[in-house]
Amino acid sequence: MSQPVTLCVPESWDGASLDLSLSDEGAVHSSFQQLLQEQSTEELELQELTPGGRENPAAGRTEDWEEPEPRGEHPDFSSATLRIVASMPSRTIGRSRGAVISQCYNRTAKLRRRSSRPPLHQISRSARPSLRQYDLELDTGHVEQEDTQSLLVKELQTLSSSQRSHMLQAMPVSLAEKLSLRQELGGHRSTLRKPDRSRRPLSCCGQLKHDVLIGFRSLWDGFLSLLHSLQPWHHSLKQIGGRFGSSVLSYFLFLKTLLAFNVFLFLTLLIFVVATQAAYPPAAENSRLFTGLELLTGAGYFTQTLMYYGYYSNFTLNDPCTPGDRSCQPGKGHLPYNMPLAYVFTIGVSFFIMCILLVYSMSRSFGESYRVGSSSGDFAIKVFCAWDYKVIQRRSVRLQNENIRTQLKELLGEWQSKSRPMSLCRRLGRMVVLGLAWALSLGTVLGCVVAVYYFAEHMLKVHQESQARGSSEARQEAFLLVLPMVVSLMNLVMPYLYNLLAAWEKQESPVLEVYMAICRNLILKMVVLGLLCYHWLSRKMGCSEEDKCWETSVGQELYRFVVMDFVFTLLDTVLGELLWRLILEKKLMRKQRPEFDIARNVLELIYGQTLTWLGVLFCPLLPAVQILKLVLLFYIKKTSLMQNCQSPSKPWRASHMSTVFITLLCFPSFLGAAIFLSYTIWAVRPSRTCGPFQTQETIYESGKTWVQELEKSSPNITWFTWIHQHLVENTFFLFFVSGVLL
Amino acid sequence: MGNKQTIFTDEQLDAYQDCTFFTRKEILRLHGRYHEMAPNIVPMDYTKDPDVKLPIQLIINMPELKENPFKERIVEAFSEDGDGNLSFNDFVDMFSVLSEMAPRELKAIYAFKIYDFNTDNFICKSDLEKTLNKLTREELTAEEITLVCEKVIEEADMDGDGKLAFADFENMISKAPDFLSTFHIRI
Repeated sequence: MSQPVTLCVPESWDGASLDLSLSDEGAVHSSFQQLLQEQSTEELELQELTPGGRENPAAGRTEDWEEPEPRGEHPDFSSATLRIVASMPSRTIGRSRGAVISQCYNRTAKLRRRSSRPPLHQISRSARPSLRQYDLELDTGHVEQEDTQSLLVKELQTLSSSQRSHMLQAMPVSLAEKLSLRQELGGHRSTLRKPDRSRRPLSCCGQLKHDVLIGFRSLWDGFLSLLHSLQPWHHSLKQIGGRFGSSVLSYFLFLKTLLAFNVFLFLTLLIFVVATQAAYPPAAENSRLFTGLELLTGAGYFTQTLMYYGYYSNFTLNDPCTPGDRSCQPGKGHLPYNMPLAYVFTIGVSFFIMCILLVYSMSRSFGESYRVGSSSGDFAIKVFCAWDYKVIQRRSVRLQNENIRTQLKELLGEWQSKSRPMSLCRRLGRMVVLGLAWALSLGTVLGCVVAVYYFAEHMLKVHQESQARGSSEARQEAFLLVLPMVVSLMNLVMPYLYNLLAAWEKQESPVLEVYMAICRNLILKMVVLGLLCYHWLSRKMGCSEEDKCWETSVGQELYRFVVMDFVFTLLDTVLGELLWRLILEKKLMRKQRPEFDIARNVLELIYGQTLTWLGVLFCPLLPAVQILKLVLLFYIKKTSLMQNCQSPSKPWRASHMSTVFITLLCFPSFLGAAIFLSYTIWAVRPSRTCGPFQTQETIYESGKTWVQELEKSSPNITWFTWIHQHLVENTFFLFFVSGVLL
Repeated sequence: MGNKQTIFTDEQLDAYQDCTFFTRKEILRLHGRYHEMAPNIVPMDYTKDPDVKLPIQLIINMPELKENPFKERIVEAFSEDGDGNLSFNDFVDMFSVLSEMAPRELKAIYAFKIYDFNTDNFICKSDLEKTLNKLTREELTAEEITLVCEKVIEEADMDGDGKLAFADFENMISKAPDFLSTFHIRI
């Protein structure tokens, strides 16, 4: 059995900033080489720093931190000693339990002592962690192990219960030992805290407290298990991961994230806006009848329902004070509810919370996936990290074997060809091809944008003409469906064109290929959306007359876009996957099936979510529509995947791409929607005939008037209005806050 | 939450919850999976901590492990006697480390144990060759295998002894953000 090595941190260095983790062993390990070179200077440093407390194993004493010992055993850390220590197998994980437990003890001790900031001169500033702060020990006695264990137990007790739980979970010892450690903890805890508990029976208060604690604990466990059972689709996700691996799974996990965001948005709006308005319906009855076309167009019967902005009242609901009358009669159970204020505040606050959630998840994902370091290590990473353990189906496993073999061969080929650099001619040729491809894609984007603009104008004219002519409502509204269809068709067809372009380009690195595809598709989608937003706000849907409700029209338009997006996604799944597989199998007799295009599908999800965020101000029930759409999409995509697709053959860095997707969700998508929303709230005049903000100049004014009223009623809270005026209205502060959050 | 289970005491379930990354419900589900592998050997009542171990042949037939080329090594890395016989605690430990919530350092330790075929606490050239053969189902030529092994050792070995110690392995893992998502089995 190899000799275990204990790393003991002397107590004089309490609060030292170096995080003693198992990976630091590597850092120490690698520093040996440099130490061998800088021997003389190191010796001096070692000598002056060791009187900090050392343990003398030969004496068999337990750790006594305060007593300094003469450095008898190891007078000089000569290169030979360092070499021996470096080559000890126990420097790796094959050390005995005692060493592992000591290591964990030191870590918990560190955690406890981390309360105070260390004095600056003690912090090691050198990039190379040296032996200075460590004291190497050769632990020979088995007796030590028991003492270390009891010390570890004592240390664990001083931690809070969550920290203790974390420590226990992350310990690399077997579960049986963890359980026994925990049992010891439980035993010690009772004896340390209440020494006479076993003797005296618990008083009634103590019993009550005990019962309450047990009750809370079981409630908490119940809540956790409920949360886990609410994790939908556990089995489906396992099936998908088992057959297709982490890459395709990342699409479905992203869908789940979007669902969570939409559920949050929907619930907030439901509680504060929709439900309260539903309790106090307006006097006017809904004049239209329900026909089936409403589900597609969102107009007709739906126009005067809770779905749209126009339905919501612009006064305080359940107001005990009648307007114009100075007297107020607050009756029993009367709770006035200022609808306009609630409307704008709910949307504002929920967007703010979503921003925080997005930035938080983005930063967490970024932290996990971003790695500083050289790009070398491709082979090692491919050998040790490429095998996806989630894949459990035989055929997919075989495919994975093949993929890894191909990737290794490609890596070998790349490495061998690196010695032959590309000639200037070829490089120039490549630049030309790249430039042409980009010019072509940007040109098509421009073309599409111009086409959409003119088409939108044309449709508006047609709609106005048909209104003037007096044709039926249904016909008019059917005309309005054409623009969403055209835009969705464009979004369906253009990505295939970009794929063809990429095939012509023949990029060498598949990662770059994916990035370029994402860039092109994203530019197209975002520019078209930007144009449409401009079109809606500037023309206000052709409602120049005073008796029309332009916000409801914009809301209806966005509803149509969301529905059409869903319809065309379905079409894309059927054509792109089902039909293509049938063609490949029956006509071309090829065994290959189509692959699931992850990037394109995720961008479609992001596009749909942007539409929802853009439309939430005008159509508060739009998140509900999006929730329904996402749930249906999950099952449809899963079925199509299982029936028609094969596992991906190209390498896909799942965690890196997940970070990219959530960044794309945050930056162009959410930010764009937030800017659109802010502009609408701050600068656009709401329509005079409908909605909660009929009488105001801008939507924001309702908030301002409320603040002014507050000021008038109670002059003590001027500080609140001052904050409101100087901070919220000052956009610079908002940018600063978002910068800090990032 | 309604029916009271008699497989474990409440204290046992609390202890499992504190020491692994699973909740009580998942522990009970794991016990169900463990039991169904050998219903005659595994008792339903674990309140007295029975000393029952399942042999490796049963464990590697689980659907989650059956097609994995490293299935024997995975089970051996978590078995206390080193032969692959897993008690229920080892079984839970294995899936806990391979679950989503286990931290990178913990996973790296066990990954190192798995790829260390001759259990000498170093990943030497022969270990690498065996790993490659398992990864590619022996479809690489001998020359390619040698080249890849050399490249791996060249990239990851820091102290120049021609084999990978745990520190080298962990340093290399820290450069691979995908490790957390690929070294994961859903149960």
